[in-house]
Amino acid sequence: MNLPGNEVRRQAPSGGMLNKIGHVLLAVVIPFVSFFILYLGFLFLRDSKASREVIVLVAIIWGVGGVGLLYWVFNWLVEKLPDPWKGRLLPFVFVGPAVAILSWYLAVPTLRTFYISLFDRNGPPADLNFIQQLLSGSFVGPANYIAVFTEDLMLQAFRNNLMWIVFGSTFSVIFGLLIAVLADRSSFEKLAKSLIFLPMAISFVGASIIWNFIYEYRPAGETQIGLLNSIVTSMGGTPQAWPQWVAVAPWNNLFLIVIVVWLQAGFAMVLFSAALKGIPEEMLEAGRIDGANEFQIFFRIMLPSIQGTLISVWTTIVIFTLKIFDVVWVMTGGQFGTHVIATQFYRQTFTNRNSGFGSAIAIILLVAVIPVMFYNLKQFREQEAF
Amino acid sequence: MRGQKQRKQFGKFLVNLTLLFIIIVWTVPTLGIFVSSFRNRTKIDTTGWWAVLPHREWQAVSELDPKSLDLDPDGIMEIEGISGTFDEFRTGVETPDGKRLTWLGNKRLGRIEVQEQVWAVDWDFSLDNYRQVLGGQDFEFKRPDGTVEVVPGDNMINAFLNSLAVAIPSTVIPILIAAFAAYAFAWMKFPGRRTLFILVVALLVVPLQIALVPILRDYKALNLNGTFLAIWLAHTGFGLALATYLLYNYISQLPRDILESAFIDGASHFTVFTQLVMPLSLPALASFAIFQFLWVWNDYLVALIFLGGNPEFELVTQRMAAIVGARGQDWHLLTAGAFVSMLLPLIVFFSLQRFFVRGLLAGSVKG
Repeated sequence: MNLPGNEVRRQAPSGGMLNKIGHVLLAVVIPFVSFFILYLGFLFLRDSKASREVIVLVAIIWGVGGVGLLYWVFNWLVEKLPDPWKGRLLPFVFVGPAVAILSWYLAVPTLRTFYISLFDRNGPPADLNFIQQLLSGSFVGPANYIAVFTEDLMLQAFRNNLMWIVFGSTFSVIFGLLIAVLADRSSFEKLAKSLIFLPMAISFVGASIIWNFIYEYRPAGETQIGLLNSIVTSMGGTPQAWPQWVAVAPWNNLFLIVIVVWLQAGFAMVLFSAALKGIPEEMLEAGRIDGANEFQIFFRIMLPSIQGTLISVWTTIVIFTLKIFDVVWVMTGGQFGTHVIATQFYRQTFTNRNSGFGSAIAIILLVAVIPVMFYNLKQFREQEAF
Repeated sequence: MRGQKQRKQFGKFLVNLTLLFIIIVWTVPTLGIFVSSFRNRTKIDTTGWWAVLPHREWQAVSELDPKSLDLDPDGIMEIEGISGTFDEFRTGVETPDGKRLTWLGNKRLGRIEVQEQVWAVDWDFSLDNYRQVLGGQDFEFKRPDGTVEVVPGDNMINAFLNSLAVAIPSTVIPILIAAFAAYAFAWMKFPGRRTLFILVVALLVVPLQIALVPILRDYKALNLNGTFLAIWLAHTGFGLALATYLLYNYISQLPRDILESAFIDGASHFTVFTQLVMPLSLPALASFAIFQFLWVWNDYLVALIFLGGNPEFELVTQRMAAIVGARGQDWHLLTAGAFVSMLLPLIVFFSLQRFFVRGLLAGSVKG
């Protein structure tokens, strides 16, 4: 913390012309040296043949330290300025990087992706200007959107994604709520919650391996090493390669959806558990005295009081399942009738290299979350805290 | 009165039982992988991992020589009072006294094993799978029939280091940038403050797929593809809206008088931010850090797109997905690899669970 005296001394004009030139020089040299150091770090990381451990260490120090250094340098520069300028510019030193990055990575891409989606597979030709691009043969207008809603695989993806959204969110919420209610009344609440919650730390790729092992298939007659097939054969059924079981399509998607329920129920449980603990005990007690049984208490008192949490958990999981990608991509690669919107996006954009089509799919995903965006903005306006 | 108490106890018993059942169902998948990662390759391939539990198993007690019994393998044979064809004896025929007769080998040179059921546990654990998935060399395996098979291992150590180099900066950088921005939104006055914050709120749920095509074009133009900087910035961009929003909620609630007295003492915004606001916001920073770390460590899509072309920079998730794709039957590598990839998230998760839950309750839910 600065002492008051410090401030006074710094602002007192001391020294003459020479001192001022010194300050200006310093103001040029320090940023220059900092940028140069950062640039050297970048070159080292890009070209170095040093051992992996060294590169990793340098990367971490350079990345984390570099951002800190940049803030320090810009703040130092602005604080050198006379007072009115300082007050005007300083907020932008603080807020500027965040706004710039958000604009570059999310805000502007919505417009750019929409623009690209109006062109054919190579996107707008880079060597033409805006008007020429619109007049060129690459401009296809709404053709990509028409294709999105008519192509067979896309229709399959929409159907499957609907299944994901409906079953994924419903079962996650039901299990989350059930476990939260049970844990609250059990003798081992903490342990139970930790274990149910644990899958949240596991990656989708890891979860896919875990469940692939459960679904592992060996031809009938051989020893089954997958748990599910082992149970099925011991009860006299025939083993199946469950997610690949095309005969029951589209229901084979459920074998993938289970994985996300397994991952997300813990999330729902934590939020519900906190909400349930927030219900005043007197309210439940009053219900019991009036002769309500536990089921009536649950449906008539508990559910209505956690309605807000219920809605937010539900929307979160809906958005989440809307964008589901990793599980499907690792488990089936979209084969056997399991494509979803995000795997189609990846396939069109990166496998088929059709950026126009891919961008149209991305815009569809964006349109699907716009209601939630408006809801968030409405909530924010109502808070009036800003 | 007593009846009611009994009913209450019975209710509690039912609750505990149901919950226990759900916990088992939820834990068994992970347990299966965990146990299997310590079993040797042949064992994983031939028996279910639940063989580590006590179970009944056939074990040889004596042997019979078909020649001395004078049997005709082409017709119906009678051994120890039971009759059957060669094919039936090949799969094993059970005798009434609980034994099993199994013909091993071919018709002419075979022998008959008399087996009895015994209790057994299959506890032959080792760290071999981990050595193979991390070490990167080839490994020799003896098959039960004596032949030797060479199986290549995998080099996950490299991927692990890369994941560290991606995950740590991708966690710290967005938090730093978001904290500066949140401080400015909360404690500074500047034109456009409200509009810019509305932008942050609106971007909370924008799916990152929207950004991939344009950003990839920019990276190509800037020659950034396949570098650490590229993926740090991408993760920063995709996590920043949420980070700013959450940290704003926390930083704007800090007690006004503490900050004001610091300003009266002549402290600059930068000093107040680094010396006062950051330390006071530690709980909020920690809970978001855990989220961002888990999210980045477990991410597959962003890495696939921005680091995809460069095998040297492969991350743990990419490495695992590659093994699934190319060697999906090598369960000794997959099980051990899956656990290597989960190790760090699980440590972070269990040691910082308190912050994690607090973060969830504050709304750490990414769009």
